[in-house]
Amino acid sequence: MTDSVQRAAETPDEPMPFAELGMKQDEYDRVKQILGRRPTGAELAIYSVMWSEHCSYKSSKVHLRQFATKAPKSEALLVGMGENAGVVDIGDGWAATFKIESHNHPSYVEPHQGAATGVGGIVRDIMSMGARPIAVMDALRFGAADAVDTRRVLPGVVEGISHYGNCLGLPNIGGEVVFDPCYIGNPLVNALCVGLLRKDQIKLATAPGPGNKVVLFGASTGPDGIGGASVLASATFEDESQAKRPAVQVGDPFMEKLLIECCLELYAADVVVGIQDLGAAGVSCATTELAAKGTGGMDVDLNLVPLRDPSLRPEEILMSESQERMMAVVRPDDIPAFMAICAKWDVPATVIGEVTDTGRLVMTWDGEVIVDIPPGTAADEGPVYERPFHEPAGQAALNADTPDHLERPADLRETLLKLLGSPNLASKEWVTSQYDRYVRSNTVLAQPADSGMLRISEAIAGAEPTTRGIALSTDGNGRYARLDPYAGAQLALAEAYRNVAVTGAKPLAVTNCLNFGSPEDPEVMWQFAEAVRGLADACKTLGVPVTGGNVSFYNQTGSTAIHPTPVVGVLGVIDDVAKRVPTGFTAEGLRVVLLGDTHDEFGGSEWAHVVHGHLGGLPPRADLEAEQALSTVLVEAAARGLLEGSHDLSDGGLALALAESCLAQGVGASVELCGDAFTELFSESAARALVAVRPEAYDEFAALCARHDVPCYGLGVTGGASLVVKDRFEVPVEELRAKHTATLPALFG
Amino acid sequence: MSAARVGVVTFPGTLDDQDAARAVRLVGAQAVPLWHADRDLKGVDAVFLPGGFSYGDYLRCGAISRFAPLMEELVPAAQAGLPVIGTCNGFQILCEAHLLPGALVRNASLHYVCRDQKIRVEQTATAWTNSFASGQEIVLPVKHGEGRYVASADTLAALEAGGHVVFRYVDGNPNGSLNDIAGIRNEAGNVVGLMPHPEHAVEELVGAPSTDGLGFFTSILKNLVNA
Repeated sequence: MTDSVQRAAETPDEPMPFAELGMKQDEYDRVKQILGRRPTGAELAIYSVMWSEHCSYKSSKVHLRQFATKAPKSEALLVGMGENAGVVDIGDGWAATFKIESHNHPSYVEPHQGAATGVGGIVRDIMSMGARPIAVMDALRFGAADAVDTRRVLPGVVEGISHYGNCLGLPNIGGEVVFDPCYIGNPLVNALCVGLLRKDQIKLATAPGPGNKVVLFGASTGPDGIGGASVLASATFEDESQAKRPAVQVGDPFMEKLLIECCLELYAADVVVGIQDLGAAGVSCATTELAAKGTGGMDVDLNLVPLRDPSLRPEEILMSESQERMMAVVRPDDIPAFMAICAKWDVPATVIGEVTDTGRLVMTWDGEVIVDIPPGTAADEGPVYERPFHEPAGQAALNADTPDHLERPADLRETLLKLLGSPNLASKEWVTSQYDRYVRSNTVLAQPADSGMLRISEAIAGAEPTTRGIALSTDGNGRYARLDPYAGAQLALAEAYRNVAVTGAKPLAVTNCLNFGSPEDPEVMWQFAEAVRGLADACKTLGVPVTGGNVSFYNQTGSTAIHPTPVVGVLGVIDDVAKRVPTGFTAEGLRVVLLGDTHDEFGGSEWAHVVHGHLGGLPPRADLEAEQALSTVLVEAAARGLLEGSHDLSDGGLALALAESCLAQGVGASVELCGDAFTELFSESAARALVAVRPEAYDEFAALCARHDVPCYGLGVTGGASLVVKDRFEVPVEELRAKHTATLPALFG
Repeated sequence: MSAARVGVVTFPGTLDDQDAARAVRLVGAQAVPLWHADRDLKGVDAVFLPGGFSYGDYLRCGAISRFAPLMEELVPAAQAGLPVIGTCNGFQILCEAHLLPGALVRNASLHYVCRDQKIRVEQTATAWTNSFASGQEIVLPVKHGEGRYVASADTLAALEAGGHVVFRYVDGNPNGSLNDIAGIRNEAGNVVGLMPHPEHAVEELVGAPSTDGLGFFTSILKNLVNA
C-alpha cells in the first residue's frame, strides 16, 4: 500500500524505520515538527539522505564557515562555496571551475566501480556549472604497499579510474598515490575535475519560473546505490561491510560521454534555465536543492521517472544513486529543442514535473500525494552539530617523541636508493600509464610533472584565442597532519601552491577534500577543527580563496581512525602557456640552484618513516611568507624565461628532488653541499625548490631572488650520466632509474 | 587549388575527433565533420576514423560502429580507392568492417597502456605514409586496452609477404601484437590502420614529446595533390 500524505496524517503513531536509515531520534522528531505529522516513507527517505553527514555537512558546517569568514579578498572568485563547484576568473573572458570529492567508502567495498563512479560524479558537478570538463586527477591513499588487501584495492581502483576516465575522453594529468598502514581498511579515493567555460555562461542549480518544466535526462533509474548516501558514507565500517556490496553504484562512462556532449549542446542552444547533477541522494537531492534555490516550489510525478527495474518503490526511486543522470529546468517553449538535442545524442529525457510558486515540493505516486514538504527544510536546514572536541590523549607524548634519537646513516648513497625505491617515493608509472594523458590535445604537463598543465585556447571550439594556461596540483601528507593537524593542513596547501608555482603558474584558488575518522570521536573532531582552522588561516595569508570541496568523515575501522588527511588542490594561471617550466633537468650545462633554507626537520619525514618506521615529533614548520616569496620568484622567473627546469622539494627532501630531476630526462648533475650532508639531503623543510638556470641567466635570476629575500644557493651543474654529490657519493642515473621503477611492478604485476 | 577536404568521423563515444581535425587543419587542409548517423561522406577527399570508445566499446571494440549508417557509404568508397585511415578505435572499426584483415584483442598485460612508443615505418607506399623514409623510426603515443594485433597464420604470412605491415613497434611491444605489428594497410594501400596516435604528436607544446605525427597529414596532402 502506498504510504500517502493522507495516510500519514491518519496514522500518526505508525513506527517508521528512521534508525535503520541512519537518522537519530531527535532528528526524526524535528521532521515531525516541520511537517506537523509523521513523514511518509518517501518523505523519510528524502530527509534521511539529505540530513546524512555526507549531504548536510552537519558535523563540519560550524568549522567550514571559516573558509568564508577568513576568505582573502579575491577578484577572481566568480562562484564560491555552496554551488556544485567553485568558479574562478582566469582572464580573457575565460573561467575555470574545479573541485575535488571523495569516494572512499565505495572504493573499499567495490574498488573498480567505487573509484569509477567517483570520477563520474565529480565530472557531472563540473558539467552542471555550464563548463566543458577538460581534465581529471586523483589523490589516492592505500594501506601498506605489500599488504594483501592492497593488492585487491589498488589494482581495482586504478582500473576503475582508468576505465571510466579514459572512456570519457578526459586526460588524467596528475594526482598522488600514497601508502600507509593506517589506510588499510579505509583507502582514500579523492577525484578532482576541472572544466572551462566562458565567464558569462555560468549555470546554476536553481529552478525559477513557475510553469517551467523539470526534465530528468541521462540513464534510467535502477536499484543501485540505494541508501548509499546515508548507509555507506555515514556509518563506520564494521565487519559486515561485505554485505553492503549492492549499495555501490555502477558506472557507464559511455553514457556520461554522451551526457557531456549533450549538455554542452544544450547550453550552446540556451535552452537550460537551471541544472543539477544527480549524485549522492539522487532525485531527492536534485529536486529539493533546485526547488529551494528557485521560486520555491515544484510538482513531480514519480511515476514518470524512467526505471531500469519496474519493481522499484517510490522511496527507492528517491534514494537511488544510479549514475549518469542530470536534471534540468527548461522553459515550456524550449522543450522541443531540448528534446531534439537529447535525441541526437541518444540521451533519454523525460519531463517529470514543473516549477511552482507554492513553496512546497509535492510528489505523487499512482495519483496519490506521497511527498509534500518545504524543500528548503531538507536541502538547507538540516541539523547542525557543535560536536565536542579535545586534543587526543597521546598527542603530547607523540609530539615529544622527536626523531632526534634516531640513528642517522653513514652511507648516504644507500639511504637515497632505499628511499627512492620505497613505495611512496618510487615511480608511479605503473599507475599513471593506465591513464590517458593526451586526449583532447591540451595537455602541456602531466604526471610525473609537479603540476598538470593545460592550454586553454583550444579547449572549446570557436572560443576567443588566448595564450593562457591553467596548472593544477593536489597534495596532502597524513603523517604531518597526524603530528599537527593545523600545520599539516597548511603544509598540504603550501606544497600544492608551490607545485603550481614551480611550473610558472600563479596560484589562484583552492579546493579541498578533508578525510577524517568519526566526528563522534572528540579526538578526531579536534583533528578536524585544527585542520580547518589551519587551512583557512593559510588561505588567508597566501591570498587564495577556498572555492569548494568535500568532507569525508567516518574513515575508520572500529575505533581506529586514519591519519587526518586533508588533501588540498590548488589551481593556478600562467599568462603564456608556452613559457611553462618543465620538471627536472632538461639539458646539460645548467646551473643547479636551491631556493629556500634547510633546517634540521625530520618529524613525519619519509626518512623516519622508511628507515625507522618512526612517526613522532613535529612536522616541518609551515612558513607561509617564505612560500609566497618563493612563488613570486618562480612565477616571475618563468615569465622572463630564466628557468630551464624546476622541481619542488617535499617528501624525501633535496636528495629525492635531485634524483627525480635527473630521471626526468636522463640528465645527470654534479652538486656540492655545505653543512651537514644528511640534513641538507633528507630534511623536509618547506618553502624550497630546485631550479635549473642557464649560466648566462644566473645573475639576473640571483638578483630577482635577492629582491624578494628568497635564499638562493648554487649547488652545481647539470650534465653527465650520474648524480654526483661531491666528496660523498655518485649514482649512475640508470641505477637510480632501475631502483625507482622496479617497486610498483614488483608489487602489482 | 582549394584545400584538400579530410573527413573526420564522430561516432557516439568517439574521443579523438577534435584532435584529428586540429591536425588536419595544422597542415593546411580542411577538416570536415562526418556524423555516424548520416549516410553522407560530403564529398571528402579522404577520411580519418579517430580513436575513442565508439558505442562504449560494448559487445566488442568497433563491432557496433561497423553497422553505423555512415559506414554503408564509407566501406564501398574505401573499396573503390578513397584514402581512409583508422587510428586506435578507428583501426578496430576497419578490422570489424573487413576493410583490413585480422583483429585487435586485449593487451597481453591486461592493462590499458598510455606511453610514448617508438615505431618503425616499414612501408611508405601508402596514401598516409609517403612523407616518411622507409625504415624511419618515429615516436607516437599509444593509449589503448585492446591493441594486440592478431590474425591467422595464413593472413599473417600474406601480410608480411605482400609488404602490408606498415608499422612495427620498436624497443618494446606495448600490447603483445603478433610480429610487433603496430599498423597495416590493404592491398591497394589506400586504407591504413594503426594503434598509435599521429594526431597527438603534431605540436611542440602539447601531447607526446614529438611532432612525428605530422607526416601522416602531409602524406595525405601530397597523395591528394598527386592523385
